[in-house]
Formats: sequence, structure tokens, C-alpha cells
Amino acid sequence: MTHAASAAAHHTSLGLDSRKMAFWAFIGSECLLFTSLISTYLVYKGKSVVGPYPHEILNIPFTSVSTFDLLMSSLMMVLALAAVQRGDMRWGKIWLFSTALLGLVFLGGQVIEFTEFVHKGLTLQTNLFGCTFFVLTGTHGAHVSVGVLWLLTLWVRALQGKLTQANAMTVEITGLYWHFVDVVWIVIFTVVYLIQ
Amino acid sequence: MNEHSQNEHSHPTADVYLRVAAVLVILTVLEVGVFYVPVFHPVLVPVLLVLSGAKFTLVVMFYMHLKADSRVFTFLFGAPLLLAAVVMVALLFLLLGALTLRGAAGAG
Amino acid sequence: MKSWLTTTDHKRIGLLYFFTAFAFFLIGGIEALVIRAQLAQPNGHLVTAETYNQLFTMHGTTMVFLALMPLSASFFNYIVPLQIGARDVAFPRLNAFSYWVFLLGGLFLNASWLVGPLFHAGTLNVAPDGGWFGYANLTERQFSPGPNIDFWLLGLQILGISSLAAGFNFIVTILNLRAPGMRMMRVPAFTWMTLVTQFLVITAFPVITVGLAFLMFDRFFGAHFYVHEAGATPILWQHLFWLFGHPEVYILILPAMGIVSDVLPTFARKPLFGYTVVVYSGVLIGFMGWGVWSHHMFSVGLGPIADSVFSATTMLIAVPTGVKIFNWIATLWGGDIRGTTALHFAVGFIAMFIIGGLSGVTHASPPTDLQQTDTYYVVAHIHYVLFGGTIMGLFAGIYYWWPKMTGRLLSETLGKWHFWLQFVGMNLAFFPMHFIGLLGMPRRVYTYSPELGVSDLNLLSTIGAFLIALSIFVFLVNLLRTRTHGQRAGNDPWGGATLEWSIASPPPVYNFSVIPTVANRLPRWKTEHHEPMRDPPATPPAPIHVPGGSWWPMLAAFGLPILALAPLTHTLWLALVGAAVLLAGIYLWAFEPFEV
Ligand code: HEM
Ligand SMILES: [Cu+2]
Repeated sequence: MTHAASAAAHHTSLGLDSRKMAFWAFIGSECLLFTSLISTYLVYKGKSVVGPYPHEILNIPFTSVSTFDLLMSSLMMVLALAAVQRGDMRWGKIWLFSTALLGLVFLGGQVIEFTEFVHKGLTLQTNLFGCTFFVLTGTHGAHVSVGVLWLLTLWVRALQGKLTQANAMTVEITGLYWHFVDVVWIVIFTVVYLIQ
Repeated sequence: MNEHSQNEHSHPTADVYLRVAAVLVILTVLEVGVFYVPVFHPVLVPVLLVLSGAKFTLVVMFYMHLKADSRVFTFLFGAPLLLAAVVMVALLFLLLGALTLRGAAGAG
Repeated sequence: MKSWLTTTDHKRIGLLYFFTAFAFFLIGGIEALVIRAQLAQPNGHLVTAETYNQLFTMHGTTMVFLALMPLSASFFNYIVPLQIGARDVAFPRLNAFSYWVFLLGGLFLNASWLVGPLFHAGTLNVAPDGGWFGYANLTERQFSPGPNIDFWLLGLQILGISSLAAGFNFIVTILNLRAPGMRMMRVPAFTWMTLVTQFLVITAFPVITVGLAFLMFDRFFGAHFYVHEAGATPILWQHLFWLFGHPEVYILILPAMGIVSDVLPTFARKPLFGYTVVVYSGVLIGFMGWGVWSHHMFSVGLGPIADSVFSATTMLIAVPTGVKIFNWIATLWGGDIRGTTALHFAVGFIAMFIIGGLSGVTHASPPTDLQQTDTYYVVAHIHYVLFGGTIMGLFAGIYYWWPKMTGRLLSETLGKWHFWLQFVGMNLAFFPMHFIGLLGMPRRVYTYSPELGVSDLNLLSTIGAFLIALSIFVFLVNLLRTRTHGQRAGNDPWGGATLEWSIASPPPVYNFSVIPTVANRLPRWKTEHHEPMRDPPATPPAPIHVPGGSWWPMLAAFGLPILALAPLTHTLWLALVGAAVLLAGIYLWAFEPFEV
């Protein structure tokens, strides 16, 4: 097998998977993206000239449940990876689907939250809190949506029998993305919701 | 950084994953608890930052396997993360300073 | 034709980058000539103030994002895989995607020149006009109601995606696709600087993405990120922009530094002096480049602490830069120098970059900067570093690698004409700007009065600009002539030390018939320590698999400008179509059989 595949996929100079490496670089890059958003949130905190203000509107019990939900989805994700790695595609499918489902639940929660805020008079146009809050959590939500789409794709591929133990790396990379999105939420939950 | 052989890292078992999840849940409960218990309010911010930092680290180390994986990945993630942290502190310093000054001027 | 549209070959993509970027370079150049014609005399009336604003905005934006970055990218693509002994980049289709996104983003931005009538305005009326730095809150809908700024911000968002995708691709390529024995400390300087540049890209671009996204929400959805009345501060934009903007200037200069670090040793027939130091100072520049952004904001009044800190870091960053300069000079020192055109440009780079670096240090000090900022003095600075630096460096690369890329040598006679015309032209054009600025002429203002006493200097500068144009014309003649009359290059016309010279020019699709094994930093040279390596055989001993092309990266790329058209024209269905095209492209791409 003297073809490029051997150079690209098998004997890489660091002995590491190229896609995984690209993904870590991507996650590094995303750190800067979310930092810019979070910094802006913090800089504009308390600078709104009209209400509603965060403490009047943020629903901690509700969001705690969402947070718990996302944490559990991360657990499902690693379980999915472990299952696929040992070739147990039956559980692999179950865990993949549960991860996506919990992701959907999180998104549903976000929809409910946003709608409620709009009813209480907080929109993107209302004040700086509205701007920074919706853009920060909305960007995170967009990342979750991409993740759900991705997970469902993998799940369908698994149902079709096209995702097998041989694709464990694909699942691992999906997991990296998913956990990163979770980690970002850990920060947002603390910085936006708990430290008011 | 030269030719490493295939970097065989063992992934943690489901058991480890479950235990990490348990810790994560406990930490989250603590976070919310701290938020609601008035005695903690003077130290709310540092306590919350430590707790969420711990959660962050656990997920990255165990669920994203950074603990056992190649150092190259640690660098690709850690260097930008560090940079991001420094940038955030600098921005807060620069912009909060500017905004406070303006607020004072506006009030005066 | 089809094979070019679907290509995933890094060499072809490199050529596509080159020709596209060069076309944009010519457009940006024409914009500059009109600007200079307008300023040739006091009270000029060639263009109106409104047109002038669009001209300097599009000139700066085009040169930075559509000419210099992608010209560097053309060498990343063509040369980096060859220098590390790889058959392609790590993700060939992602690479094609980067190119198509760049092309479409560039066309999107430039379409703004022509499409005025679609927005009930004249042609030449809706091009971006807020400067390449687009300062808030001038860019808010309230102050810029037309679509001008929309073109700018959407265009830049598109281009950012191209750069980010290429960034991940090249980081992985350089770290993970090196030939056996090619340790990091054996990697050629150009490839090293490419690596540092890509790290800057993937960290700096997200910041401008966020800054632009805020602007997008302000302009399209009535948010208040930069609106003073809502309690916000437009200074936030300046921070986000320059947090990106300063790393960006290193994104522009580091590749040129890398080129020069490869060209000088070849034509001095001496190894690069202090290779390790050159590499580490490049890395250090990359890091320090993150800590100086507020030197663009001294006039904001950041307060004594911030001013002092950023002044100090800015002066410090000149140190690793200076170190490199000494290393280049030491490389030439005592060398067996061949005065090729490439060497002329490389040496020109050093000289001009020193001048630009010096004026940079003069505005590292806030009190002096307050006199210089927003005057033509800064314009002089940026053109000494970007024209004298980056462009000279890129031309050194073009004369050096063109034979590798096309198999034919550019004419040295025409090359020397090109060099001297450009060298004289640029100094004539940009040196007087130091005085013009210090005498008080502000930048970005469409005319000036004779009383200011800068009329003669301005005329001189305009003459210089047209000399530069002449030199570029000579270069184009040279390119065309070379197609048919250029001398055949053979594998290695220069006696280069690095791997790209060990194979045919242009290289076969698979690059290396056998992946070389590298034993030292100068594999193709004989030194006291080692003999030159044997070049790979001309015909591969075993068949080599070459991946076929793919349509899907291009399809996915088309989704982005369609998406961008949605807010521009306030049409929801375009957003849906754009998203659908993007998704379709990605899915088809992900599931098509494609073995690299
Ligand atoms: C010794 C190194 C350098 C120093 C100390 C330096 C310093 C500065 C400072 C302080 C400014 C702000 C001036 C003002 O607006 O008042 C500036 C502007 C600028 N510099 Fe440099 N610089 C250096 C090298 C470079 C390089 C290598 C490049 C690009 C290749 C570059 C590109 C620019 C550009 C484009 C601007 C103008 C931005 C704008 O306002 O539009 N500089 N430089
Ligand atoms: Cu700067």
C-alpha cells in the first residue's frame, strides 16, 4: 500500500489522528470566541440603563435543571464512546440517541426560557443585558444545535450499520465537540446565572 | 517533538465515567446551594469560580481524555485557553476602567 | 476545466490562490492610484468625498484580506507540503473549501462597487466606506444607513471562515505530515513561520468574528452593543478589532519573514545564521503580538497604567524583530552571494522593514503617538512594513518559487527592472508621507488645502505610486513572457537546500515518488557534517494513489455568500436556501468516498 493514505492516515509524524488534532485546534480557537462573548457580557454587566435586570428575570431552578441535563448528556456521550470502542453497537446506538435527546431537551429549555424573557419584556433590543445575554447564550445554543444534528447523523449511520467499531474515532471527535459545548455551559451557568 | 510511536492511550472505563458524573452532579448541587444559602454570599464569587473551575477541569481531563492523551492536544487547547483568560482579564481591566470613569464623569 | 473546479491538489489550489489574490491586488492597486491621483494636488476634485471614503476603505480591506493574506496562502499551499515532504495537506477538501470561500467572499465584497442600482443608489455608491478598521459607532445603522457597511461586515465574516479553515488545516499538516526524520527543528524557516501564522489566525479571527457579529446584531436586529445611549461603549469595538488587528499585522508579515529566511541562505550559499534563534523569535513575536493591541488606541485615553504597559510591550516586541534582522544580515555576511532578483527583493525587504519598524517604535510612545496618530505618518509606517516588508518579501518568494510552480524561470533582466522601479517607486511614494504626516495632514481625508504646505510632497508621492504601478506592469509582462519564453527550470535552478528542490518543476501530482527520509536541516546540501541526500527517483517505484477531486467543498462554500445575501436584502428565504446549500455541501462531502 504505497499510497498517500499510508502517509496521511497511518504514519503521521506525531502518531496522532489528524482529524482529532484539527478538532483540538478548533476547540482552542473556540475558546477565544466564547471568551470574547463572555468578556463582553461581563463588561456590560450592570450597565443597562433600563430593565429588566438579570436578578429580576433569571430563573435559577429552571436553569439548574438544564445544566444537570447537559451534564448527563455528557455522561451519555462518554458511555456511547465506550460502547462503540468495545464494539457494542447496540448500546452505542442507545447512548448516542440519549445524548442527542438530552441535547434536544436542553434546547427546548432554552426556547422556553427565551420565550418567557420576551414575555417579561426582555429582548435583544431592550437593553445591554438583553443584547449580551441573548447573543452569548444564543451562540451556545447554536453550538448545541449543531451538536444535536451531528449526533443524530451518527445515530442514523449506526442504525444503517455504517457506523461501527472502526469509526470509534469519529465518535470520539463528536464527543470532544459535545463536551466542549458542555464545558462552555459550565462557565456560562456560573458567570451569567449564579454570579449576578 | 519527534517521532512518537503510536500513542496508545487507554480510555477510562465506564466506571470512571460514572464516578466523574457523580462528582459533577455534586459540584452542581453545591453551586446552586451556595447561591441560595446567605452565609456564603460574602464569598460567593470565589467559591463559585472554584467550583465551576473544578467541573471544567473534570470534564476536560476525563471526558475529553486530556489527562491521558497526547501533550500536543493539551497544548492546542491549553495555549489558546490561557491566552483567552489573559485577554479576558485585560479587557475587564481596560473596559471596566473606562466605563467607570465615564459613569463618574456623567454623574458629576 | 472540471479538474480545476474540483481540484483538491494543494499545488493547483496554490496557483488558484495566487492568480485570484493577484487579481485582487491589481484591483486594490487601481484604487490606490485613484486615491493618489486625487491627492496629487491640493483641493483635488477627481472624486467626491464619498467616493474617496469608499476607495480608501476598499483599498485597505482588499490589500489586507484579499491580496496579501491569500498571496501568502498561495505559498502555504504550494510550498509547505513540499518542504515537509508530504503528498498533500492534511485535509485536501477543506483546503479547496478555504479557497472557494475566499474567492466568493472577495467577489461579494467587490460586488459592492457595482450593485448600487439594486439598492436604489448609483454605482460606486454602496461600497464599504468606514475604513478597514470600521470604527464603531460610525458603523451603526444610525450613521451609516446604506448597505455599505453591511457588505463590509458580511464579506469579512465570510473571509474569516476561509482563514480559520485553512488555519486548522495547516497546523495539522505541519505538525502531523512531516516526512520521517523531519523533526520540528529541521523544518524550514518558511514552514515554521507558516505554523506560527496559523496559530495567530485561529486565535485572532474568532475575536473579530465576535466583534463583527455584535455589529451585525446592532445593524440588522436593533441591538445596542456599540450604542452609547444604551450605556454601551464604542471603545469595545476598538478593543475587539485591535485584539484581532495587531495579531493580524503579524499574520501579514511572518510569512514574508519566513520567505526571506529561506531565500537568503540559498543565494548566500550559507545556512541561515542562528536558525534556532530565528525560529524562536518568530514564536516569541507570535506570542507578544497578542500583548500590544492597545497601542492603536493611545488617543482614546486609556489612562496612565494602560498607556505605560502597552507602550512597554510595544517597544519590547521590536526586540525579537531586531534579532531576526541581525540574523538575516549575518546570513549574508561573508556569503558567496548571487545577486538574483529574488535576493534583491529579500534584501530590499530587510532595508524597508527596518525603516517601517523604526517608525513603529516611534509611535510606541504615547506622547509622540498623539502627534502622529491619524496622520499620514502612520500611513508611511504601515506602507513601509506592508509594502516594503510583506510585498517585497512575497515578490522574493515569487521569483524564488515561480520556477518550482511553473517549471520556468522568470526573466532576471525584467526582474531587475521590476525590482528597481518598485524600490525607487515605493520610497518616493511612502517616504514623503512621514513629512506630510508630521506637517499635519490627517489620513482618510479626501483633500487638503495648499496652505498646509504639503502639496509638493504629495505630488512626489503620487509620482512614486505610478512608478510602482509601472513596476507591477513590468512584472506582469515578465509573467506572460515566461509562459512561453522562460528558461526551463529543471528540478533545482538555485541549488536550494530544502526538499521542494529535490523533485521536478512543476512537481508531479503525488509530489514525491518516494517519501524522503530527512537526516538534517539542510538535506540537499553538503556540509562539514553530512553529504547531500539522494533525490527521490523521477518515476515512482510503485503506483501512488492520488485522491480524485470533489465538487462538494465548492457547493458548501456557495452556501455562505447566499446566507450573507439574506440580511443584506432582508430576505428570509435566502437564509434558508443558504443554510440548505451549506448543509447539503457538508453532508455530501462527509459521506462521499474520498481516500487521501
Ligand atoms: C517594530 C515593530 C512595530 C511597531 C513597534 C509598531 C507600532 C505601531 C503602532 C504604535 C501603531 C499605531 C499608530 C497609530 O495609529 O497611531 C501602528 C500602526 C500600524 N502598524 Fe505597526 N508596528 C510595528 C510593526 C508593524 C508590522 C510588521 C506591520 C504589518 C506588517 C504593522 C502594521 C501596522 C498597521 C497596518 C498599522 C495601522 C493600523 C491603522 O490604524 O489602520 N506594524 N504600528
Ligand atoms: Cu499594532
